[in-house]
Parts: sequence; C-alpha cells; structure tokens
Amino acid sequence: MADQSNGSPHAHAADMETRDMLLNIGPAHPAMHGIIRILAQLDGERIDRADVEIGYLHRGFEKMAETVDYNGVMPYTDRLNYVSPLINNMGYCMAVEKLLGITVPERCHYVRVILAEISRLADHLTCIGASAMELGAFTVFLYMIKAREYLWELVERVTGARMTVSYCRVGGVKGDLPADFAEPCAKAFAETGRVLAESDILLTRNRIFVDRMSGTGVISAADAVSYGITGPFLRSTGTDYDVRKDCPYAIYDRLSFDVPVGTRGDNMDRYLVRMEEMQQSMRMVEQALRDIPPGPVQVHPETGRQIPAAEMVDLAKVGNIAAIRDDSALTCPTLEGSGREERPSVATHEKRVFLPPKEDTYGNIEGLMQQFKLVMFGHGVRPPRGEVYFPVEGANGELGFYVVSDGTGNPYRVRVRPPCFAIMSALSKILTGDMIADMIPTFGSVNMIGGELDR
Amino acid sequence: MNAASLIDSVVQRFPDAVSASHSYRGDATLVLRPQFLVVVAQFLKQDPALAMNFLMDLTAVDYSAFGTRPTPAFFSSSGVAVRPSTQIPDPDPWAGPPNGVRFTVVYHLFSLVHKHRLRLVVPLEEAVEEVDSLTSLWPGANWLEREVWDMFGIRFRGHPDLKRILMYDEFEGHPLRKDYPVKKRQPLIGPVN
Repeated sequence: MADQSNGSPHAHAADMETRDMLLNIGPAHPAMHGIIRILAQLDGERIDRADVEIGYLHRGFEKMAETVDYNGVMPYTDRLNYVSPLINNMGYCMAVEKLLGITVPERCHYVRVILAEISRLADHLTCIGASAMELGAFTVFLYMIKAREYLWELVERVTGARMTVSYCRVGGVKGDLPADFAEPCAKAFAETGRVLAESDILLTRNRIFVDRMSGTGVISAADAVSYGITGPFLRSTGTDYDVRKDCPYAIYDRLSFDVPVGTRGDNMDRYLVRMEEMQQSMRMVEQALRDIPPGPVQVHPETGRQIPAAEMVDLAKVGNIAAIRDDSALTCPTLEGSGREERPSVATHEKRVFLPPKEDTYGNIEGLMQQFKLVMFGHGVRPPRGEVYFPVEGANGELGFYVVSDGTGNPYRVRVRPPCFAIMSALSKILTGDMIADMIPTFGSVNMIGGELDR
Repeated sequence: MNAASLIDSVVQRFPDAVSASHSYRGDATLVLRPQFLVVVAQFLKQDPALAMNFLMDLTAVDYSAFGTRPTPAFFSSSGVAVRPSTQIPDPDPWAGPPNGVRFTVVYHLFSLVHKHRLRLVVPLEEAVEEVDSLTSLWPGANWLEREVWDMFGIRFRGHPDLKRILMYDEFEGHPLRKDYPVKKRQPLIGPVN
C-alpha cells in the first residue's frame, strides 16, 4: 500500500482501487426503442465512454428497392419510419417525380401535406409519450397514445390503413380525401389539443421531469451541424433549419407556420420544440384544409384530352396508337349499371406513371390495359436515366431520397438519408460525461426509429 | 447561389479537380478527381460565399450493372400507357455514369447560410476502391463512411475506425454491390451440434 501517514482523506481516496464498469444496455432493453446496443463504460454513475451499436433491424431496404419497380418501393418506404409512413411515401414519390420531370396537381400536394403533418403529430406524440413513460410519467404515455389513435383514425379514413399505408403513388395518391374530412379532422385535433394541454400541465413544470430533462443530453449548435443533425434535435440548439421553410417543397411556402427553436440544446428544449411543432402542424393542416382546391389528385398533362371510348377504340383498331397515346377514355361504367354516381375526381390523366383507380381497372378495358401496362413484368414507370436527390422534412429531420435510374423499370439505386442516423452517430458524444440515468431521457429525445436507422 | 454559379465558382478555383459537371433536374453536381476531394471539400466548407457546412449524405453507387440490366423492350412500343422515356422533357441531360468506373462515392452538401445544395461525385477505379476520409472535416462522416465500407467495400483513407456498421463482423461480402445476389443468405447461427 502507498503512504497513508499524512492522514488526508484525499490520499485515502486515491489509494482505493477503482475500476471502470462496462454496462451493456440493449439490444433488448425496454428503454432502447427498437433494438440497439449501447456499451457504456462507467466511472461510478458517470458515462466515460459509450459505444453505440446499430444494425439489428437491417432489412436491406436499399437492396430490395433495386429489385422491384418504382411503385413497388412504396411498401418498403412505409416501413422506414413506421410511425409517420406518409412522410416517407411523400419523400420517395417526390424524388421519383423529380426524376420523371413531372409535377402533381395542387390538390394532391395539399392532400400529401395534410397527411404528412398528421403523421408528424403522431410521431411527436409517440416520441414524447414514450420518453415521458420512461421517466415515470405513465399517464402521459396513455394520453398521448390515445391522441395518436385519433390521428391514426384520420389516416385510416383516408388511406385504409393505420400504419403501413402505402398511400402515395408516383404521380399522385391512391385516392382522394373523403368528402367530409374536415369535420373528423377538427374533432381529432380538438381531442389532440386537449391531450397536449393536459400533458403540458403534467410535464412542463413537473419538478421531476424538468430536473431530469434540463441540462442533460446537451449538444452545441456547431457540433450538431458538424454531425449533420437536422430536425427538432438541431432546432433545440437554436438553429432554425427546417426543410419546409428553407427549401420549401409541395405547398409549404403557402402555409404560414413558425419554426420553434430552443436555446440550450438539451432534452428539455427538444421536448418543448416538439410540443410547439405539434401546435404548428395542426395550424398547417387547418390552413391546408381551408385552402385545398377541388379537383383531381393525379397528374394533369397539358397534352391529354378526354375522348369518347368508342372513338378511342376505333382509332386503336386502325393502329393509330400515336394519336391516342396521351388521351384518356370517356367511358360510361356500364358494368356497374348506368345509375351509378359520377366517378370520383381521382380519374387518371398521366397514364405513363399512374395506376388507374380501381373502378377503371375493373370497369373498362382502357383502365385494365393501363393497369397492366404499369404492373406487368417489363412495363411500368420508366424514368429517364439520371440521378436526383430530394429532401423533405421528416419528423426527425431531413429525410432525403437519392434515386439513380438507368432507364429501366426498376430503380438502379435508392438511397435514403435517414434523419436519426446522424443523431445516433453523435449519441456517443452526447452521452459521454452524463450520468447513466440521463441516458434514458437523452435516448428518448433522439426518437430513434429502427426502421430508418438500420434500413 | 444557383446551380450554374455554384459549379462555376468551384471550377474556377480548382480547374484540375473537376472532370465534369451537370445540373440534371436542378441538382448542382460536380464530378471530382479522387485526389482533390479533401481540398475541394475543405474549400466548400470554409469559403464564406459557399459555406457548405452540412454533410447531408454520403453514399456510393455501384455502376457495374448500369446499362446491362435487361430492358424488356418487347412490349414497349405497343399499347397506350408507356411512352418511351426519351419523350419526357429533358433540357439538361444527364451525362451518364463516369466512363470505365465501377464505383462512385456521392456526397450531398448543404449550406445552412445560403440554403444551396451541391452534390460531389467521386469516381473510383475498380483497382483502387479507396478514397480519402472526410472525418476530419465533418465528424458525421464517420458513420456514413462506415456504412459505405460495410455496404460497398470502399475503404476510406484516414478513417479512425473503419468497421462494419449495419452488418455483423462475420458477414462476408458487401451486400449493395451489384454482384451480391439478392437472395443470398448468410445465417449467423450455425447448426447447434
């Protein structure tokens, strides 16, 4: 033993043997949303080093996307971020549309934006609810999941599914909004607003919650930028980058909304930013529902005209395909009887890319042909050769799709820039120096989504 | 700064580094010679007129199957739905993948100050399969480069910890290479006995 003669307590402490402890958190741990492993080297309660290991949910999204046609990628994009699949759908579709050089009609943009913002709400509710639950506020989790259910009911009304919606199509969306959509939407938002107010009362000035959230998981604005962090995580540091504001796409430049920013870049600021973003999302949906123009949701070419089906058939019979290539048939749905209501406004126009509505597929030969021309082997959407990158604002930050086409029916390469990948790569740095208990709120505020992180 | 002036400002500064450029669909793109990558990236990051402070994305493309995949042309001229893709308006055509090159490493940069984006494409000779790491400029490049190594087998010179990230260490091959079969299975757990 070393010299103990001076009797100083510090000398005594220095003599004590201390050992770092290696704590293995995950891959299957209730607080590790999804599956992820953090190998933490602990000095007492303090984290000296944290190795973050990902990849447990790797499904080969990018490889699979090369094997299917352009619309076939849609179900895979659903599963990237399963809480807000509509934003992924939208991002991918807009990338392919950019590649094709087409734009969708106004109404389709509005529909996509409305659903994207509803998804963002659901995503933030899940993130805050789950991380509040991990800090002991189980009530908040139940409230928020209840609110999320109201929102998913809205999504279900439009898309027919709650989570894996596959609602967008290259060149449009699957179907129009239901006629009375504004009413249930207002009702669901009123409920969500109530839940947010209740959760605000339960959390924002809750001593336990604030103590655990503020000052933990701090990252500076410069660090966040150098790691490529975007979204609420970046905005909590005071940097107001939002793709919707800075590189507006769809109709975001027409909506008035604020981009909330924090000041300290800690967990509390991230919580507050997300809470405010939800209010802004509701504001956006209300504006969009007010301003949405009537009309079809799909692509409207300048060249296409509607001609009677009989005329089209006559032209086709004499082999004059070129004359009717851009036209759509004006048919009467004799199959279902003549008393049938007028076809919904989702009648197809851009036939190169868009799957016809099912009434057409089953109802007339032109629709059936069009369907086959898009889904049969060797057919389908065939963009020109090229490469594009298209970013949208996902719930976690910039969600970018980089698509390379070689001119065939399958994408040559689809790369997704997953927003939480950048945050996870900085996680080790953020955790280092914090206490082990701070890992839980920090990891919660990352809002890690295994689907997009591991792909 | 628009795409053309963005490209011009780099080309004027580094005439030797840029082998091609285009702005297909409005995406400003520079094709760089690999040895100039770090200098150009540093310039792009630090020059106040460009201020590309975000490395948004880093990925690679394996062009070895480009143009060789079957284009089922049997039905392409019949019917009413599919128009040949050449008829889609294309004012600034894409030059195609760099000649005689298997891999390109693709960097997407973004400037928070000026809100402009730039894509850097670095073609690699098949024999080399190595490029300089950008971890010294952007720490966020660390994981992204690990992913490219994992998926494509491209090495990054000067990377502090180049190991697999999504796949496990025992995995053989690099799954996003075009010669890796889609249906190939590599079970991690072998027979029990």
